Amino acid sequence: MGKLKYALFTGCTAKQSTPEQMMSTMAVAEKLDIELVELTEASCCGASHLQDYDDFLSLVLNARNIAYAEKHELTMVTICNTCQLNTAMTKHRLDNSADLKKRVNEKLGEIGLEYKGTSKITHFLYAIIDDFGLDKLKEMVVTPLSQFNIAPFYGCHNIRPSELQNETHDTPENSYNPTSLDDLIIACGGMTVDYEQKNKCCGFHAELQAPKVSAILTGNAIAGAMDGNADWIVTPCPLCHLKLDTQTGHASEAIGREVSLPVLHMQQMIGLALGCPPETLGMKHHVTKVDFV
Amino acid sequence: MSTTTINTQKVNFNVFRFNADEDYLPYYEDYSMDVTSEEVVLDILNRIKWDHDGSFSYRRSCRHGICGTCAIKVNGKVTLACKESMTDMIEVFGNDLVIEPLSKKRAIKDLIIDKADFWEKHEQVTPYLDTEIDENPTAENIVTPAQADTLDEADLCIQCGACHYACPVVEISDAFMGPAAFAAAYRFEADVRDDNESRLTDVNQMGSGVWDCVKCFECADACPKEINPIEKIGKLHNMLFQSGKAESNIATRHAVGFEKSIRKNGVLDEGSLVLYSELAGVVKHVPVALKMFSKGKIVPPWGIIKSDNLDEIQKLVKSSSTAKF
Repeated sequence: MGKLKYALFTGCTAKQSTPEQMMSTMAVAEKLDIELVELTEASCCGASHLQDYDDFLSLVLNARNIAYAEKHELTMVTICNTCQLNTAMTKHRLDNSADLKKRVNEKLGEIGLEYKGTSKITHFLYAIIDDFGLDKLKEMVVTPLSQFNIAPFYGCHNIRPSELQNETHDTPENSYNPTSLDDLIIACGGMTVDYEQKNKCCGFHAELQAPKVSAILTGNAIAGAMDGNADWIVTPCPLCHLKLDTQTGHASEAIGREVSLPVLHMQQMIGLALGCPPETLGMKHHVTKVDFV
Repeated sequence: MSTTTINTQKVNFNVFRFNADEDYLPYYEDYSMDVTSEEVVLDILNRIKWDHDGSFSYRRSCRHGICGTCAIKVNGKVTLACKESMTDMIEVFGNDLVIEPLSKKRAIKDLIIDKADFWEKHEQVTPYLDTEIDENPTAENIVTPAQADTLDEADLCIQCGACHYACPVVEISDAFMGPAAFAAAYRFEADVRDDNESRLTDVNQMGSGVWDCVKCFECADACPKEINPIEKIGKLHNMLFQSGKAESNIATRHAVGFEKSIRKNGVLDEGSLVLYSELAGVVKHVPVALKMFSKGKIVPPWGIIKSDNLDEIQKLVKSSSTAKF
């Protein structure tokens, strides 16, 4: 296997409210000898909200982001479930409609770009599983996480809609019984916690307009992990992370029970297992204290 | 002539049992059976009733995936019992399966639930063609294939309730209309023959309106007819903006705020987006924002790293926008 190289679409959150995710992504990529070419030209994916306002504009902007990955002739790697959803959804729609692709390319032509459909789009989680390999990762583990019960929180936009998601990676995933993140935890030497909410919604996307509903979903998720005796939660999505890490006050109030657990990004968990110093993984940026490192 | 091998394997079923007239709480009963690769979930329900316990209750009718009666949950997966193959269920979940009603809190007897909330919400969206009929037409009313395509298969809904009871918002908020009702609203809003002027606004004013969807895509995976209800909810959002019927509220400003932010920075300015969406309501976020700020999680507007080649993005926003607010 040659050196793995990807075009990295960081998304907005990794550069703003989850700096620890950016740090740990780069630390882990270095350890795994994966080259990430950052798409500094990329715009916001629209986060499923621009799509509510102006669907066509969101397609054009996402197609532009993909076109930059295509210019590098690289697979685009995302580190946010919602970026993954909106980018992969754009690719799916353009690849399946010549008319839509033509209309989008007319716009991209104005800035000298073209969407061709030549780059794959995959989340870093699946890049590690499909391309790097969990067996190889396991061999590189220097600090097995064997003393921890770790609750996987998958995040909706990496597993649903299943039909779309299963186009984007080789290892099949069933949204009702997902295994990728559990497999990653096991590869890092940890014990996985099975709980009802692991493939459910954290409530992030309705936090402003439906705060109570959103907080109940967050509370239920953390409560489920706590009842499963989890020491901490791990997630591949920075938006789920934000919700579970920073909103424990509202969540506890909404479900009438104090809930709180450290929440790690998938990259931080891998980094710990690979022996990255905790300061390179940004643990001090968590609102809910990561008290075990 | 090709032959098909029928495999048999032992499966343990943990089945939800409850009789609202007699039981204070539901309980689960175990049944172990040899299951053949030919069977669907409904065959198992029938065998539980016919071979084990005649009092076991569930709804069934057509057995052809069209009446929408037999929707239940297997290991949390919403499914039409008559359509779902046991082989697939065993492949996904293994040999220990949990059979439950669509909604445990609405159970009346075993797998039979009170679906009144579903029908009430469905009825509220005016789920029929609302139009003046010329009783003596002189020509056919032609709907072109392109016009029919705009329904996007929303007309295939069989009202089974799978998406409705898979929706986490419906589960915790009675005010939310749910994916099935919204998909039905879209089905008639998108129909060129429909003249209803108020449905779109009405739908947005019923219960908690169209904006409380959490975008989890549970409904997309649940629908046995692959209607993709969440896509229809998105289209209702688009229609509200396109028709100029979108009122200024937190949800609409939140959607529009992305465009504003992208136009300015290429990337999102998270803080400004919350401020623009909430207006004065932003004060309630201050306690959490302060905690986040102390952990280095809030970047001020002047600290945002803008996208490279921002001029390209601004040009595209200008030339490709299709909505106004």
